[in-house]
Amino acid sequence: MKLPRSLRLFTVLAFGYAFLYGPIFLLVIYSFNESKLVTVWSGFSVKWYGELLHNEKLLEAAWLSLKIAFVSATLATIFGTMAALVLDRFGRFRGRTLLSGMIAAPLVMPEVITGLAMLLLFVALETMIGWPAGRGQTTITIAHVTFSMAFVAIVVQSRLRHMDRSLEEAAQDLGARPLKVFFVITLPIIAPSLVAGWLLGFTLSLDDLVIASFVSGPGSTTLPMVVFSSVRLGVSPQINALATVIIVTVAVCITLAGKLMTLKDDGRKPKRS
Amino acid sequence: MLRPAERNAPSSPRFEPWTQPGNTPFIRVQGVSKAFGGEPAVTGANLDIYKGELFSLLGGSGCGKTTLLRLIAGFEVPDDGRILIDGIDMTGVPPYERPVNMVFQSYALFPHMSVERNIAFGLRQERMPRKEMNERVSQALDLLRLTPLSSRRPDQLSGGQRQRVALARALVKHPKVLLLDEPLAALDKKLRENTQFELVNIQERVGITFILVTHDQEEAMTMSTRIGIMNEGYIEQVGTPREIYEFPGTRFVADFIGAANMFGGVILRLDEQGAAIQAPDIETEVEVAHAGAGVAGMPVTVMVRPEKVRISKTAPKNQDTNRTEGTVVEIGYLGDMSIFHVRLDSGKVMQASQLNLHQDAEQKITWEDRVHLSWHPSNAVMLTL
Amino acid sequence: MKTNGLVARIQGKPDRWKERWGQRLVAAVPMGWLLVFFLAPFLFVLKIAFSESRLGIPPYQPLLEWVDGAVLQLQFNLANFGFFLEDPLYAAAYLSSLKMAAVSTLICLMIGYPMAYSITKVRQPWRNVLLMLVILPFWTSFLIRVYAWIGILKNEGLLNNFLMWVGVIDQPLPLLHSPFAVYVGIVYSYLPFMILPLYATLERMDLTLREAAQDLGCRPWEVMLKITLPLSLPGIIAGSMLVFIPAAGEFVIPDLLGGSNVLMIGKVLWNEFFLNRDWPLASAVAVVMLVLLLVPFMLFQHYQARQDEAEAR
Ligand SMILES: Nc1ncnc2c1ncn2[C@@H]1O[C@H](COP(=O)(O)OP(=O)(O)O)[C@@H](O)[C@H]1O
Ligand SMILES: [Mg+2]
Repeated sequence: MKLPRSLRLFTVLAFGYAFLYGPIFLLVIYSFNESKLVTVWSGFSVKWYGELLHNEKLLEAAWLSLKIAFVSATLATIFGTMAALVLDRFGRFRGRTLLSGMIAAPLVMPEVITGLAMLLLFVALETMIGWPAGRGQTTITIAHVTFSMAFVAIVVQSRLRHMDRSLEEAAQDLGARPLKVFFVITLPIIAPSLVAGWLLGFTLSLDDLVIASFVSGPGSTTLPMVVFSSVRLGVSPQINALATVIIVTVAVCITLAGKLMTLKDDGRKPKRS
Repeated sequence: MLRPAERNAPSSPRFEPWTQPGNTPFIRVQGVSKAFGGEPAVTGANLDIYKGELFSLLGGSGCGKTTLLRLIAGFEVPDDGRILIDGIDMTGVPPYERPVNMVFQSYALFPHMSVERNIAFGLRQERMPRKEMNERVSQALDLLRLTPLSSRRPDQLSGGQRQRVALARALVKHPKVLLLDEPLAALDKKLRENTQFELVNIQERVGITFILVTHDQEEAMTMSTRIGIMNEGYIEQVGTPREIYEFPGTRFVADFIGAANMFGGVILRLDEQGAAIQAPDIETEVEVAHAGAGVAGMPVTVMVRPEKVRISKTAPKNQDTNRTEGTVVEIGYLGDMSIFHVRLDSGKVMQASQLNLHQDAEQKITWEDRVHLSWHPSNAVMLTL
Repeated sequence: MKTNGLVARIQGKPDRWKERWGQRLVAAVPMGWLLVFFLAPFLFVLKIAFSESRLGIPPYQPLLEWVDGAVLQLQFNLANFGFFLEDPLYAAAYLSSLKMAAVSTLICLMIGYPMAYSITKVRQPWRNVLLMLVILPFWTSFLIRVYAWIGILKNEGLLNNFLMWVGVIDQPLPLLHSPFAVYVGIVYSYLPFMILPLYATLERMDLTLREAAQDLGCRPWEVMLKITLPLSLPGIIAGSMLVFIPAAGEFVIPDLLGGSNVLMIGKVLWNEFFLNRDWPLASAVAVVMLVLLLVPFMLFQHYQARQDEAEAR
C-alpha cells in the first residue's frame, strides 16, 4: 500500500508530536485528579494545588531556585554574549579554539562529571584561599553561570552570524567608535537573542538537579532536589500539580518571547535570492 | 542595439520544420494552466516544438517561464491541459521516467560527488553496463572540455566550469529533450557570449531538441530557431527571431524586444496592400504595409523601429506620407551608432538611430536641430492588441 | 570591530590602542571565567583520581604534600584505577552505558529524521509552529518529563491499565525499572536535540539537488538514499553526539526509570560519591568516562563547526 505523500507526512508528524506531548498532557490531566492514586481517575479536584501552596519545604526550595536562576541567568547572559562576540567578531586569535571548545563542551558534558568537577574545585579553592566559604547558594550560582553561558553564547552567536554586518560598518563610517557601535547598533539588533538566552539560562538553572546536588551544601536545597527526593519515593499528585504550574508558566513565557523575537526581525542579512 | 541574427540551424541551409505541413511536433503543450494558491503562473499555454529545434522561452522575471519548463520536466503537475513528448501523453508520468533532462539555473551539482560521478549519476541510475557508461562519460567530458577536471568537486570549479558540468550531466543521458533554465544567467558577460555560441554548436552536433528559458532577449535572438514570448503567464507570440523582431504581434512584444516607436491612431482605409492610418502625433497620414485584420474607424497602434526611421535636416523629397518634424532633444552615442531623441510638435518623443559611418559627418545633427523624420510603409507595423 | 572605523584611522594610534585593549578585556572575562570554573575543575578531577581516599573532609589525601617541611612528596596512587580491573562491575557499567546510549541515539535518529524531514515539508507559518513545539518540551523541566513516564510505565500505571482494559494482557507488564523504561526515557528526553540539528541541515539543503536527482532518473527513495542522506550527514553526526554523549553519562533517567535493574556509569559515579563518599574513586570513574567520550566530543565539535560555517554562508 502506498500512502499519498501528504498523508505520510501527516502520520509521521502526528505520531511524533503525540510521543512528545502525550506524557505531558497526561501529567497535566492527572494533576486535577481527586484520588491520591495518581493513575486512577476518581473525579475533578484542584486540592493538590492547594496542598502545594502549603508545602513549606517546597516553597522555600522554589524561592531559592528562583533567586539562583535569576542571578545566574543574568550573569550568564553577560558573559555568554561577550563570548559570542569574541567568537564571531574578533577573527582568529590564540585561544580561539580553546574558547570555542569550552563553549561547546558544557552542551554535551554529562552532568555528573561537571558536578563532581565543580565540587572538587570549590573544595580545593576553599582550602587554598578560603573562598567560597562552604557550599550553597554562591557555589550553585557559579556552577549554573558556567554551563548557562555556553547556551547563551550559542544562541547569541547564531544571531550575530545572521546579522547584516554593513549596519555596523555604516555606523563606524559615520564616526561611531566601536563601543558606541556596539551599544547603539549591535546590541539592539541582537537583543531578542539576549532575551532568549536569558530565558534559557533561567530555565536551565531552575531545572538542574545533578550539578546542584554536587555543589550544594546543607541548608541549600533547590526545587529540583525536593522534587527528586519526593519522586524517588513514588508518584505524588502534588508533583503533577507542580509540573502543571511549571508547564503553563513556560508555555506562556515562550509564547511571549517567540512573539518578541518574530516582531523584532530587523537587521538580518538580506536574503540572497 | 539589437539585430536579429539569422541562424544557420541544423542541416542548413534552412531549418524550418514548422513550415512543412506534414511534420508532427515533437513536444506539444496543449492548453496547460498552472496556478499556485490561486495565483495563475501559466495560463492556457499552447506550444508546438519540433525535433532538433532550439526553442527559447523569453519573458521578464516572474512571467511563468520556469513554471512552464518544470511542467514539461514533470516537477509540477498541470491544473489543466496536457503535455505530449514524442507523441506520448506525459500526464501522470513522474520526472524520473520522462525522456527529458534539465540543466538547472543553479546547476544543482551534487556537492558530495566529483565531476565524473556527477556526470555518471544518471547513467548509473539506468544500470548501464560499466564499459558503455565510462565511454559515454568520457565522451561527454571531452565534448565539454572537462577531462582535466574530472576528479574535482563542484566547489573547486568556476562558474563556467560548473555550467559545463551541469550540461554534460544532462546530455550524457541522451534525452529526447533538454530543458535549460537560464543556463547562462550566472556567468559574466564575456563568458556568456562565448558560451552562447558553444551551446548552439553543441546542440547542432548532438541534435537534441533544446528548450531554453531566458530573460535575456539578445541571448534568445542569437541562439534560437524560434522564440516564445511570455507575459504574465500567457504565451504572447511564437516565431523566429526575425518574425518576432520585425513583425511583433502585440504591443507587449514590440516593446519587449528591442526599441520601438509606438503611436496611437485610427484606421482610415484598409485593403490587401496595407492600411492608411490617421495618427495625431504624426503630421502626415501613416501608411502601413503590414496590417492585420481591422475595419475603418478602429483604434490601432503603429510601430516603427528606430533604425528604420530616416533622420535628416532637409525634408525628404517625393514623400507625402510617413513623415514628421521635430527638435533633437537628446543624443545617445553608442560608438557604432547614435540614437536621436526627437520631440515632435505634439510633444511626443520619437527615436531614430543612425550608423556612425564617418568619423566626422558633414551634415552633423546636433542638439536643438530641427529635423525631419520619415520611414517606408513596409517598415511600419500596425498592432491591434 | 575587525574593520577600523574612519575615526580611528584619522585619529591614529591612541584610539587603536584603546580599542585593542578593549577587545582584550572583552575576551578576557568569559575566557577567564571558563578557565577557572570549567577547565580547572577537570584538573582537580584528574588530581584527585590519583589520590588516596581517607576519612574526613575533604575525604582524600593531597597528591602533593610537604614532608618534614622541606621535601615535596608526590604520592601517585593508581589504586583507584585498579578497581576497574578487579571489579567487573565498572567495566560492565561502562559497556552498558555506551550500549544504551548508542541504541537510544539510533532510535532518536530513526524517529527524529522523518520528523525533521517532514517539518521541512510543511508550509511556512506552520513550520515555525512545529519547530517551536519541538523546542517547547525542552524548556519544561527535564525531571518532570522523566517523572511523567513513571506514571505511565509503572505496574498500576496508565499503559498497563490501558493494555489490560483492552485485553491484550491480563497481568501488568514490569515496564518500569527495566532497560525498556530507560530507553523510552532517554529517547523522550533527548529527541529534540536530535531533531533540531537535523532540521537545520535539511532545511538548508538545496531543493533543486533533489529535483536534479529525480530528473536524472532517481525514484524518491533513491533520492533519499543518494542525495538527502549523504548531504545531511553533518546534521546526523551533530545530533547523534548531542544525544549520545550526555545519554552515556545520564544519571536521572536510569535512577528513576531503571531502578536497580539497569547499570549505567552515571549512576555508579553518583553512588560512589553520595553513598560511599569515595571521592577519589568517583573521580577515577569520571576520568575514564571523559576519556571514553573524548572522541565523540571531537566529532561533535568538528561537525558543529562545519554546520556553523555552512550557516554563515
Ligand atoms: N512553487 C511555487 N509556489 C508558489 N508560487 C510560485 C511557485 N513557483 C512559482 N511561483 C510563482 O509563479 C509565478 C511565475 O514564476 P516563474 O515561473 O518562476 O517565473 P520566471 O521563471 O518566469 O521568472 C511567480 O509569480 C512566482 O512567484
Ligand atoms: Mg525562472
